[in-house]
Amino acid sequence: MATDWRPTASIDMLRERARLLAQVRAFFAERNVLEVETPVLGHGGSTDVHLASLSLAATTPAGRERLWLQTSPEFHMKRLLAAGSGPIFQLARSFRDGEVGSRHNIEFTMLEWYRPGFSLDQLIEETAALIQAVLGRAPGALRRRRYRELFREALGFDPFGIELDALRRAAGERGGLDMEDAPRDECLDLLMGLVIEPGLGREGLDVVVDYPASQAALARRHRDPEDGQWVASRFEVYAQGLELANGYDELTDAEEQRKRFAEDNAARRRLGLPEVGVDERLLTALEHGMPAGSGVALGVDRLIQLALDRASVAEVMAFATPSC
Amino acid sequence: MANYSTNEFKGGLKVMLDGDPCSIVENELVKPGKGQAFSRVKLRNLITGRVWERTFKSGESLEGADVMDLEMEYLYTDGDMWYFMKTDGSFEQYAVEKKALGDTAKWLKEQVAYTVTLWNDNAISVTPPNFIELEVVETDPGLKGDTAQGGSKPATLSSGAVVRVPLFINQGEVLKVDTRSGEYVSRA
Repeated sequence: MATDWRPTASIDMLRERARLLAQVRAFFAERNVLEVETPVLGHGGSTDVHLASLSLAATTPAGRERLWLQTSPEFHMKRLLAAGSGPIFQLARSFRDGEVGSRHNIEFTMLEWYRPGFSLDQLIEETAALIQAVLGRAPGALRRRRYRELFREALGFDPFGIELDALRRAAGERGGLDMEDAPRDECLDLLMGLVIEPGLGREGLDVVVDYPASQAALARRHRDPEDGQWVASRFEVYAQGLELANGYDELTDAEEQRKRFAEDNAARRRLGLPEVGVDERLLTALEHGMPAGSGVALGVDRLIQLALDRASVAEVMAFATPSC
Repeated sequence: MANYSTNEFKGGLKVMLDGDPCSIVENELVKPGKGQAFSRVKLRNLITGRVWERTFKSGESLEGADVMDLEMEYLYTDGDMWYFMKTDGSFEQYAVEKKALGDTAKWLKEQVAYTVTLWNDNAISVTPPNFIELEVVETDPGLKGDTAQGGSKPATLSSGAVVRVPLFINQGEVLKVDTRSGEYVSRA
C-alpha cells in the first residue's frame, strides 16, 4: 500500500512543535505585544524580484479579482501599525512559489513582529531573546558581523569597492558557473550563499548588518561610518548556517516606498518576470503615517527544526509541499 | 529530449552535463537572505560513476538524457564483450564493454537478471541484484564445532569475487551474498 498519505513529521514532532509555538506566544504575551491575524490574500503582492508570488482569481463584491497569496504578512501588519496598533506579532502562513528544499517549503509559517520606537539594535537583542526562549538553551554568543567585513575575511576583497569584472570572476570561480553577464548583486548573493553563509552561526548567533544599499528592500538606508557609503539598515540572524530572521529599520517614507516598488517592477520587466500588483493601500497608509520603528520576520519552521535538531523543515511540518 | 529547469531537478532525473549522461542525486536551494536563488546540485556521472557538485542559477535548464534502466539476463562472454538479453520476451541482446561492466564483473552468473543502463541504446553500466547466490570454489577447509563463534576467512566464489565467510563454510557450498556491501549473508 502507498505510504504517501503519511505526515512528513512524526506525531511526537508535532507535539513538540505545538509546545514551541506556545512558547512564542508566551514570550510576546509577557512583553505586551499584541497577537494579530491578517489575511493570507491581498490585492497587492510583494514586488521583490527574488520572490515568486502565487496568485488566484477570486469572486468578490467587486467581481472577478486577482488576489495575491502573501509572501509575508508585512503589508497588512504595516497598515495596522499606521492605524495605531502599537507593537504587534503574528504567526502567519506565507507562500513563496518554487521554494522547496531541506530548508524551504512553498507554504511556511512566518513569525513577524513590529516594534514602534525600537532601534535596530534593540530589535536584534529581542530577536536573540526569542530564539533563546524557543531553543530552550543559550544559543551562544551574539556577534554583529558587518557584511563588508565578512567578505573581506572570507574572500579578501571589499564587496562595495571591488570592480564588477573582478567580482564576476570571483563568483564564477567559486560557483563553477558562468557569471560573465551577471549583475553585481547576483554575484554577491552567490558568494554569500555558497561561501559565507555555511560558516555563519557555528559558535553562536551571527547577526549580519549593513547590507549593500541595493539590497535594502523595505529598510531604511544609512551611511557606513567607515567611508560614508550608503548601506541598508537591515539585519539577518544566522544559527548553524541557517538563516533564521530578517529585520529592518522600517522604511516609513511613502514616496521612497513607491519608488522602490516601481524599480522592482521595472527590474521584473527587464528579467521577463511577471509584474506584481503594487499594494496601493500600503502606500496610502504610509502617507497617512506609520510610526518609525523596527520589524523582523523569522522562519518558524527553521527555528523549530533547529530546536529539535532535524535535518529538514519537512520533519517538523505535518505535510511538506511534496506530500500535501 | 526535453529540457529540465532547476525547479524540476529531483533525485533520479537523468540529464546531460558536459556531454555525459548524469543522474541527479540531490538538489538544494541556496538563497541568501532576500537575494537571488541558486541550486546546488549533486549529479552522478553515469559513465564514470563519479559524483559532481555544480551550482546553477535558478531557472537554468539542462537537456534530458535518453537513459533507460532495463532488466537483462547475463548470457556469456567472448572475452572482449559481455552479452546480456532482455527479459521482456524479445530475446534482444546487448553487448557490454568491460568499462561499462565495471565492478559488476565479479558478480556475474549466467541466467541471473541484472539492471543494464542504456544511454542512446548503448549499455553504459550494469547493476547486479542486491543479493545473489554463488558457489564457493576455493576456501580453507571448514572448521567443525560451534558455528555461532566469530572468526572469518576469505572464500573465492564462482564469479571471481572474494568475500569473508564464517569458518564453518566449505568449498562447494552455495552462499547468499549482498552485492552492495560484498558481504556474506547466509548459506543459500
